[in-house]
Amino acid sequence: MDKPLIEFKDVTKRFGSRTILDRVNLKIYAGQVTTIIGLSGSGKSVLLKHIIGLLKPDEGTILFQGESLNEMKKSERIAKLAQISYMFQDNALFDSLTVYENIALPLLETTNLNKAEIDRRVMARIEQTELKDAACKYPSEMSGGMQKRAALARALVTDPTIVLFDEPTSGQDPVRKNAILSMIAQYQRKFGFTAIMVSHEIPDVYFISNRILALYDRAIVFQGSPEELEEFDHPFKDEVIRSLEGLQQELTGLYSQRQFKVMHHAQLTHKTRGETYSMVVFTLDDLGAVMTGAGHEAVRKTIRSMGRFIDKHFGAIGGFSTRRSANHFVTVLPYSDRREAESILADFAQEFQERGMKDGYEGLERRKASGDCIELVIRAGIAQGEPVTEIESVIEAAEANKKEIAHLRCDVRG
Amino acid sequence: MALDSNSDELQSSKHPWRLGLLLTAPFARIGRSTISLVGNLGASAIFLMLAFLKILHPKQWRKIVQQIYYIGARSTMIIMLVSLFTGMVIGLQSYTALVKFGAQGALGTLVSLTLVRELGPVLTAIMIAARAGSAITAEIGIQRISEQIDALDTMRIDPLRFLISPRIAASIISFPILTAVFDIVGIIGGYISGVILLGANAGAYVYRVQTSMDMKDVTDGFIKSIVFALIVSTVCCYQGYFAHMRTDSHGAKAVGLSTTSAVVISCVLILVSDYVVTSLLIR
Repeated sequence: MDKPLIEFKDVTKRFGSRTILDRVNLKIYAGQVTTIIGLSGSGKSVLLKHIIGLLKPDEGTILFQGESLNEMKKSERIAKLAQISYMFQDNALFDSLTVYENIALPLLETTNLNKAEIDRRVMARIEQTELKDAACKYPSEMSGGMQKRAALARALVTDPTIVLFDEPTSGQDPVRKNAILSMIAQYQRKFGFTAIMVSHEIPDVYFISNRILALYDRAIVFQGSPEELEEFDHPFKDEVIRSLEGLQQELTGLYSQRQFKVMHHAQLTHKTRGETYSMVVFTLDDLGAVMTGAGHEAVRKTIRSMGRFIDKHFGAIGGFSTRRSANHFVTVLPYSDRREAESILADFAQEFQERGMKDGYEGLERRKASGDCIELVIRAGIAQGEPVTEIESVIEAAEANKKEIAHLRCDVRG
Repeated sequence: MALDSNSDELQSSKHPWRLGLLLTAPFARIGRSTISLVGNLGASAIFLMLAFLKILHPKQWRKIVQQIYYIGARSTMIIMLVSLFTGMVIGLQSYTALVKFGAQGALGTLVSLTLVRELGPVLTAIMIAARAGSAITAEIGIQRISEQIDALDTMRIDPLRFLISPRIAASIISFPILTAVFDIVGIIGGYISGVILLGANAGAYVYRVQTSMDMKDVTDGFIKSIVFALIVSTVCCYQGYFAHMRTDSHGAKAVGLSTTSAVVISCVLILVSDYVVTSLLIR
C-alpha cells in the first residue's frame, strides 16, 4: 500500500485526569474517503482536531506525509496544515456574517484574489450547495440543514486537498442526510481531495467510505475497508454496529446497509467489464399521510410486509436488498438484465397488490369508521449497472425511471 | 455542637496534619491567587503585544473602521449625555462653594481643569468599558464557546489579527476623540448650570476656561485616555478570548462571568492607572 498521508503513532490525549485517546495508531491514505466511526463521546472529534492542529497530543507523534508535525519548522507546519479544511459538527459559522460573507471569509483573509474572482468562486459554491436564495441571510435565519450546507460550502471554497468532516449529517432528516453524503462523495470524486469523516451514522457512511477506522475504548480497534469490517471479530462489532443495525433487520428481514454494500462489492467485483446487473428501487409514497391517518402500527406492518415480500420474491433469484430510508428500498439483481428484471418486477407487483399489502391493509381498515380515505402508492424503477459504475449513480438512474406498480385505496363504504 | 466536635477532632493527636492544613490554608490561597494574578498579567501583556504588532497588517483597515464605528461613534451619544450632566453638576457644586468666598469668577477654571485633567479621561473610559467593553467580551466569548475562533484557526486566519488587533486600534483612536467630546460638552454643561441657571458671568467663565488651561493639560488628558484605551481593550478582549478556560463555570455562564469580570477589572485598573499616570505626568 502507498505511504500514508497522515499517520498517528501511539497518540495519547488527556483532559485533566481523563484519558480520551490512549496510544492511538492509525493510517489515512490520500485520495480516499476515510470514516472514523464510534459511539458519541468516544473521542472522534478530539482525534479529528489533532489532525488539523487544534489539539496537540500529550504523547506520541502525528506524521504528515511521513514527517512529524512536531519536528517541522513553524512555516512548514503552517503550509502543510493550510491544505486542510475543517467542517465543524456545529458548523461554527460566524453569526454576525451572512452566508455569502461566511463563505468568502477564508478567501478574503488568506488570499490576494480580487473581488470579482472571490465573488465567482463563492457564488459557484453557493449554487452547488443550493443556497442561492439564502446567500444574504444570517445563519440564525436558516434551518439546521441549510447551515450545514453553508459550512460545507465554506470548507470547500478554498479547494483544499484534505477535508475533515465532523459529523456532517448530524441533525439532518434522512433525505438531507443522504443528500449531504452524496454531495461529499460527489465532490470527493470531482476534486479528488482526501476526505476524513467522523460519524456515528454507521450504516449510511459505508456507501461513500473507502476505509473505516473504528474508535472504541479510547483506541483504534479496526482499520480497513467496509468489506473487511464484515470479517472483524471484536466486541466493538457487537456493541456498536450490530446494535445499530438490529432494528432494521428485525423489521424488514433485509440486509443492513453495510451488509448490502459488502454483498454489492463481493458479487459485482468479479464481473468483467461489459457484464451488467439490474438495480430496482422501491418507494412507498405518502407514508407520512398513512402515519397520520392510520397510525404508526399500520406503517410498521406495511414496511415489514414490503421488506419480507421483496426478500421472498427477489432473494429466490439471487437478489439482495436493503432499506435505505423509511420508505425507500433497493434491490440488486446480479444475474438479471433489464428485460428480465422488468418481468420479475411485474410478477412482484401483481402478487404484492393481491397479497403483500394485506398486513398494512388490515391496519388501514381500522380507519374506515372515520370516513377518511388513505391512499398508499408503491412506485418502482429499474436501471442497469456495470461493476465499474458507482452504486449511487445506478440508484439515481433507477430513481429516474420510477413508475407506479401497486396502489392501495381504502374502501370507505366498507 | 458539630463544629465543636470537629474542632476537637481537628486538634486531636489523631489528625495533626489537618490542623497544619487549617493554619496554612489562608497562605496557600493567597499564594495561589498571587500566582494566578501574576500569570494573568503576564499573559495579558503578551496578548496585547502580539495583537498590537498585527495592527498594521494590510487587511486590517476596513475592520478597524468598523470597530471605530462600534466602539467610538456609537458611544458618542452616551458620552455626551454623561459629560453634559457631569459638567452641570460640577458647575452647580463649584459655584455654590466659590460664591462663599466671592470667587465665582474661577468657575471656568475649576470646571475645565477638573474635566480635562481628570474626569474627562476617567469617566469616558469607564463609560466605554461599560458600553462597548462588555459587548466586546460577550461577542468574543460567544465566538470562543461556539468554536468560531477554532474555525478561524482551521482557516489559517490568525484570530488575534482578525478579532483583537482591530479592536485595540479602534480603542486607541476612539478614546482620545471621545475624551475631547466629553471635555467640550462638560464645559458647556458647566456653562449651562453656572452661567445660565445660577447667573455667573459668562465672559469670566469663557475667559477663565481659555486662560487657565495650557496644552500640557490637554495632552496629559489624551495620554491618559490612550493608556485607558489599551487597558480596556486588552482586558475586555482577553476575558472574552479565554472565556472557555474559566475554572468557575462553562458555556454561556462563563461568557456572562467573563463580561462582568471585564467591566469590573477595567474600571478598577482605570482608577489605579489614573493615579499612577497622574503621578508620572504631574509637574
